[in-house]
Amino acid sequence: MRGVVELDDKMLKEQAAGVPTDLNTHNQPTWCPGCGNFGIFTALKNAFLELSLDPSTILCVEGIGCHGHVVNFLQVNHFEGLHGRPLPIAQGAKLANHELNVFVLTGDGDCLGEGGNHFLHALRRNVDLVCLIHNNQRYSLTTGQTSPTTEQGDRTKTSLKGVLEKPVNPVALAIASGGGFVARGFAGDVDHLAKMIVAAHRHKGFAVVDILQPCVTFNKLNTFDYFLKRVYKLGEQEGYQPNDKQMAFKKSLEWGERIPIGIFYQEERPVYEEQLPQLAHASLVESKVESFDFEKILQVYS
Amino acid sequence: MSEVDFTWKIGGEAGWGIKSSGFIFSKTFVRSGYHVFSYDEYPSLVRGGHNCFQARVSSRKVYSQLRLVDILVALNKESFYLHSNELKEGAVVIYDGGEFSLNEGEFPSISFINIPLRKIAAEKGGKKVMMNNVALGASMAVLNFDLGILGDVISDQFSDKGEDVVLANIESAQGGYDYVNALERKALDKIVVRANPGEGRMLVTGNEAVAMGGLAGGLQFYPAYPMTPASSILHFLSRWGEQYGVAVVQVEDELSAVNMAIGAAFAGVRSMTATSGGGFCLMTEGLGLAGMTETPLVIVVSQRPGPATGLPTWTEQGDLRFVLHAHQGSFPRVVAAPGDVAEAFEVTRQCLDMAEKYQLPVIILLDKFLSESYESTDFFKFDQTKFHQVEKVKADKVRGDYQRYAFTSDGVSPRAFPGHPGIVVRANSDEHDPFGFSTEEIEVREKMMEKRFRKLESLKVDLPQPRLYGQDEAPITFVAWGTTKGAVLEAQRILLGEGISTNLVHFVYLNPFPSEVVGRRLEQCHTVICVEGNYDGLLAGLIREKTGFNIEHKFLKYDGRPFYPEEIVSKVRELIK
Repeated sequence: MRGVVELDDKMLKEQAAGVPTDLNTHNQPTWCPGCGNFGIFTALKNAFLELSLDPSTILCVEGIGCHGHVVNFLQVNHFEGLHGRPLPIAQGAKLANHELNVFVLTGDGDCLGEGGNHFLHALRRNVDLVCLIHNNQRYSLTTGQTSPTTEQGDRTKTSLKGVLEKPVNPVALAIASGGGFVARGFAGDVDHLAKMIVAAHRHKGFAVVDILQPCVTFNKLNTFDYFLKRVYKLGEQEGYQPNDKQMAFKKSLEWGERIPIGIFYQEERPVYEEQLPQLAHASLVESKVESFDFEKILQVYS
Repeated sequence: MSEVDFTWKIGGEAGWGIKSSGFIFSKTFVRSGYHVFSYDEYPSLVRGGHNCFQARVSSRKVYSQLRLVDILVALNKESFYLHSNELKEGAVVIYDGGEFSLNEGEFPSISFINIPLRKIAAEKGGKKVMMNNVALGASMAVLNFDLGILGDVISDQFSDKGEDVVLANIESAQGGYDYVNALERKALDKIVVRANPGEGRMLVTGNEAVAMGGLAGGLQFYPAYPMTPASSILHFLSRWGEQYGVAVVQVEDELSAVNMAIGAAFAGVRSMTATSGGGFCLMTEGLGLAGMTETPLVIVVSQRPGPATGLPTWTEQGDLRFVLHAHQGSFPRVVAAPGDVAEAFEVTRQCLDMAEKYQLPVIILLDKFLSESYESTDFFKFDQTKFHQVEKVKADKVRGDYQRYAFTSDGVSPRAFPGHPGIVVRANSDEHDPFGFSTEEIEVREKMMEKRFRKLESLKVDLPQPRLYGQDEAPITFVAWGTTKGAVLEAQRILLGEGISTNLVHFVYLNPFPSEVVGRRLEQCHTVICVEGNYDGLLAGLIREKTGFNIEHKFLKYDGRPFYPEEIVSKVRELIK
C-alpha cells in the first residue's frame, strides 16, 4: 500500500512507548542533488530526536516552495497550505490545540514576500511555535526568479541587470518587530542548525530561525562555499549575550565578509495562548462543548 | 389589545447617539409586549453627516420597515426636510424650535411639537447631548404611553456608566414627557399604546443572531478582521467568547482570518469567520483551501454595495454569484442566505454542523440590512444535543497507515486530528492520494475529484428546501432569496388587503441548488416576479441556468437601500393594471 511505513514488532513497541522511530516516509526527497533542503531536513529530524518528540504530536505547517515538498517525506502531522500562509494556519492550529508541537516550514518568498504581513503580526502575537525560514534567496520552485532576500545587484531571470531593491533582512526585521527568539542557522552546518531548532522549540513563544540555504541550481552567488567562508558562530564569540537587544540588532546588520549565525536575541514574553482564559484548563479541542447556560445572553438581549 | 402598527423615526447628525436612542425606543416596546422591526441608515463617518433610525412597532409580527412615518423626531433641520415626504397624513413632528425654525404652515396635515429639547436636557440632565432622552420622553407622551419601561431600558443601557448618568438620562426623559403632557394639543391621539407584558421576546440584529447561532452550533474559534457590516459579530463574540469557550482573535487581515480558521478546524475545533465582499475577495484563496483539504469552515459574508469600497454602510444582494463561484477550480460548497434573525440563528447553527459533517466550506450570506437591523423574535433555543460527532479513528491504526482522504461511498473520509495517538494526519493543498501525499496521477486525481463532489449529493438529505409563503395557488408568485423576504411578506399582506392573492418562493439554501423542485414549481405559476437587491438579477439568472425557467418580471434595486413593502406593492399594481 502506498504511504505505509513497514514497521516491525520492535519499532511498533518503540512507537507505543512514544519513542520516535523512522521519521521518513516511503517517498524519496525530490530536491535537487546538493540542495540545502537536505541539510535542513536532517537537522529537523535530529532536533525531533533530541527533543524526544512523539511524531503524533508534531505538526509541520508548510507554505509553497521547495521546502513544502517535505509534506511527502517526513512522517509527522502536516498541513501544507497556500503560498505565504503557513503562519496563520499554524497559529490557528496551535490555538485550537496548544499541546501540539508546531513547526512552520516556510521560505523567503513565502514568509517575507507573500506572507510578510503575517510574519510581522506573528512576531507581535507571540504564539508558541517555531518558524523556520528556508532562505535560499530565490524563488526556486518556479525556476529562479528574484526573491525578497536576493542580494541587491545580483542577477536573476527577472532581474537581468541586477536586482534594484535592497534585500529584506529577516533577522533585523524579527528583532525590530518584537521577536522573542531570533536565530540564524546554516544548512551546511547540520549540527549547529539542529541546536538552533532545539533551542527555538524550547523557547516559550514565537521563535524564528532564518536558515541560510544555498540553492545549487539557481543561486550562483550565495553558494555553500560562499557561506562556509563567511559564517561564524555568535555563541563562540566572547562576550556575546543574546539578551542585549541593541547589540542583537547591530549584529543582525552584519552581512558581507562575515556573517553571524546563532541566537541573536532571546527574551521571554507572555505567550498569546496563555493569556486566554478559554484555554486555561484544557486546549480548545479537549474542551467538550457542553450545554452552556445561555440564560444570561437571553436576558441581556430581551 | 387593539391593533397597533406605527413607525417612529429619529434623525440627526452622526455622533449624536441616534442609534442608541433608536435602540432604547425599540427595546422599550419589545419589553412592553410588542413586535418591533428597526432599521437605521448612517454614512461612513464617525462625526457629522445624517443618521436616522426608524422603529416599527406593531401588535402583530412585523417583518420589515415601512416607508411612511407616524412620528418624526428631527434633531436638526436637515432631518425634517430629508424625511418630510415620508410623513403620513396626521403625523407628528417633534423638534427643537430654539435651534432651528420650521415653516409649520407649509405642512397643514402635520402636527408639530416644538419643544426646547436642548434646554430641558441641560436643565434636567446637565448635558445637551441628553436631548435624545428628552425626545424619547416626549415621544412616549405623544403615544399616551407611560415612562416606566423606558426608564428601565435606560437604566440597563447606562448602568455601567454609574447611577448619576442613569438618573440624569431618566430625568431628561421625564422632562420631555412632562413638557408634552402639559401642552394643550397632544397630537396623534389615535395611537393609544398600552403595555402588554407577558409575551417575552428578544430584540437582536442579524449579526447578533448569527453570533448566537455560532455559540449554539458549538463554535470555538473565531478569527476576524473588522469590516462593516460584519463587525458586530466580532464585537458580540469578543464580549461573550470568554464565557462560552470561544477563542476570538482580531487578526492582521482577512487572509490570516480565513487561514487561521482553517488551521484551527484542521486541529479539531469548529471555526468561523466573517467579513463583507471586499474582505471575502481576500478570503477566496482560503475557501478553495478548505475545499481541497476538506476542512470544515464557515464564512459569513455580509454584503454591501460594491464594487471596491462601494457604499460601505448600505445594503445590497450583489455577491450571490461571487460566493457561488469564488476560487479557481471546482469543489463542493454550501451557500445559505437567511431571511430574518430567527433564520440567521438557525442557519448558522445548521451550517456549522453541516461543515463539520461533510468536511467542506459553507458560506452564509447576509447583508447590511439583516446584519444591522433590529428585529424582535421569540427566544432562541440553544439546543446543542443534535450535533454531528466526528467519528473517532480507531486507535489500532499505526503511523502512516491512516488515510485522511480515504475513498468512501458518501465522499466523507474518517477524520482524525493532529495529536491523535499513534497516527499522523496529512492535509495537503496539492492534489493528493488517500494518505495526503502529493500526486499528479490521472486515476487518483479523477477519483479524488469525484469523491469530493459525492459529498454534495450526500448532504442533500440535510438541506432545507425553498419555502412557500402564501396560498399554494395564486395569480402572482414572488421569488426572492435571503433578506428580501421580509419586505415581500409585508407586501403580500398589503396586497391581500386589496384582494390580490400572492405567494412567495423563498430561498435560504442556494447551493446545491434544488433544480427539480424549483423548476416544477415555477412551471405551474402564472405571473412570476423576482425581487432582489442587485443590478443583474442574480437569482433569476441562477434559476434560468439550473432549471431553464425564464423569469420575465424582475424588480431589482441597487441603490443601497433595502426594499420597502410599499414599492413592491406598486410594482404589482403596475403589472396587473
